[in-house]
Amino acid sequence: MKVIKIDKTKWAEGLNKLRSDYQLIGPVKKDKYHDFQMLGKDQLPDVELLNTRMSPKSVVFPQSEVMLEYSLDETKEDHHIIKEVEKDASPRAVFGIRPCDAKALMLVKLNFDTSDYKDPYWIKAFEASTFIGMACDDPASTCFCTSTGCGPYNEEGLDVLMIDVGDHYLAKGITEKGEKLLKTAGWEDTSDDASLIESKKGEAEAKITSKVATENLKDKAILDLYEAPFWEDTAFSCLNCGTCTYVCPTCWCFDIQDETHGKKGIRMRNWDSCMFPLFTLHTTGHNPRETQIHRVRQRFMHKLKYFTDKYEKGIMCVGCGRCVRLCPVNIDIRTVCDKMNNYAASS
Amino acid sequence: MLEYINKIKEISTKLLEEKKVDMIVGFRKGSLPMMNEPCFAKNTEDIQSFVWDSNCGINLANYLTNRKEKIGIVAKGCDSRNIVTHIIENKINRDQLTIIGVPCKGMIDRKMISDMFDSEITEVTENNGKITVKGNGFDKTLEKTEVLQENCAICIHRNPVIYDELVAKEVEEQKDVDRYEDVRNIEAMSPEDKWKTFDDLLKTCIRCYACRNACPLCYCPTCFVDEAKPQWVGKSQDPTDTRTFHFLRAFHCAGRCTDCGACVRACPMGINVRAFTKKLEKDCFELFNWEAGLSIEERPPLDTFKPGDPDEFIK
Repeated sequence: MKVIKIDKTKWAEGLNKLRSDYQLIGPVKKDKYHDFQMLGKDQLPDVELLNTRMSPKSVVFPQSEVMLEYSLDETKEDHHIIKEVEKDASPRAVFGIRPCDAKALMLVKLNFDTSDYKDPYWIKAFEASTFIGMACDDPASTCFCTSTGCGPYNEEGLDVLMIDVGDHYLAKGITEKGEKLLKTAGWEDTSDDASLIESKKGEAEAKITSKVATENLKDKAILDLYEAPFWEDTAFSCLNCGTCTYVCPTCWCFDIQDETHGKKGIRMRNWDSCMFPLFTLHTTGHNPRETQIHRVRQRFMHKLKYFTDKYEKGIMCVGCGRCVRLCPVNIDIRTVCDKMNNYAASS
Repeated sequence: MLEYINKIKEISTKLLEEKKVDMIVGFRKGSLPMMNEPCFAKNTEDIQSFVWDSNCGINLANYLTNRKEKIGIVAKGCDSRNIVTHIIENKINRDQLTIIGVPCKGMIDRKMISDMFDSEITEVTENNGKITVKGNGFDKTLEKTEVLQENCAICIHRNPVIYDELVAKEVEEQKDVDRYEDVRNIEAMSPEDKWKTFDDLLKTCIRCYACRNACPLCYCPTCFVDEAKPQWVGKSQDPTDTRTFHFLRAFHCAGRCTDCGACVRACPMGINVRAFTKKLEKDCFELFNWEAGLSIEERPPLDTFKPGDPDEFIK
């Protein structure tokens, strides 16, 4: 695919051209921190930001999403009939998404778009989106994407990869969707700098010094890891809050709720978290993951062992480092991953 | 405060060796600057990883709830007050505990310090009341007193109120502190402005419940927001539900909150959750001359009755 040169002086102009065909989404400052938001009329995305506090998974999988609606008003013909709500499926362009978060979308896709089951809400939003990524040249110390099958110039999940080259961007069209967007924006100057991308990529990868070892996880026996003695120590400090799961770009669990106000009702889904006791509480009152240790172990076993075994696509983590930075008590997935990878059960 | 750690290790080792306790609850060094992780030690080897510095802001009383073991616990002033509250509320027995008291000069505010620099902080060290912050392209020394957590800056109970061992001489308590300037500012607002202030405070809340779960007072077997039969509160991002959670939680902490700041420290979105709890702390102080967690002899104002109560409705 060809590489396009976008002069930074033509950046805003191109974005403005896109506005009639796409809704623009990108990192903007909300209160204290950046978040992916729908952009206002003249608003520009802050694409050079290291990364947002919350991941862009909400662009296709919002924290709260109305799925169906109903009326209890018996004077209406369609009362007590559950109906699909209208969804905006018009094209949207997501700017400034980092390669780790784009790869995360592909991991989440494994759950929402399978041969047996297709989640219409997720798929519709995903297919409406064109993801314009921003390669990372200046990672944080908590970034460890190179050991999760990803990398600062990784292209999985992206339609366009942009590279910051000082006074201009290089934009590599990856999919047809991406090429179409570049054309619509009027960014058509081809660049012969393709080799520069390779050298910058090498430099960027070398800057990521935080690593985790995952190579042994696949061969460990599930029960050996499950019964490993280190969980007591690992789980002790955990508050069982939902921070790690909510900030994670790959956590996909949700809960379905009906909410009725007067005679109108909606069925919605909300992010849920395996850290919450309610997550596994049965209607009998029995809770198979009753204690904090059960829940902490579940989260790491799912991400690092069950997922690895089931999908054979590596671990369910892209190394974005959000959970590491935001855990209130500093439980670090890198430490836990190393413990699991190096664990030798005493026979 | 750095010299405390040798004494903490010495006392902890002795307690374990003499089998006076089954475990010690303390802190170990975290993987990030300005972060320590609560941990336990069941043998003297584990004690070697214990640390004490200005990054021990999580309230360790939270780790005592309903435990059955005999426990040694490292406790600064606020932790000790929450231990008192735990004892009063039957969440732990006094006999189970050996409290290793730590006179405290405050914990540093990692969010405030992080916000002071444009790029990532890679190392933070402290020495003699100075905090040195290093990162890519900067190396700056700050006065610790200027970068304290807000609750620490106005703390008037820095010394443990209950302890079995004390790791150092008591520190001087702060006098003439105006504890409630921020609350008065909100009290003076019109109802509309108050509402707007609360809305602004909570607009980034993601309902992760880190504030609740970091709080030693929030030990209900099932929190009202988690109740399903009946379900009191919706679970979406609806602002009404989010407000209901925060307001009710604050009311449930009335007369019990020690303003330890764990909720604010834990919040991943940087919300000043104390704005709610402090108003009730102030009310309890003004109405009942009550400060939570100072004595195991006295019942808190909201679970007791006095014939001389100034309010007529209760008589």
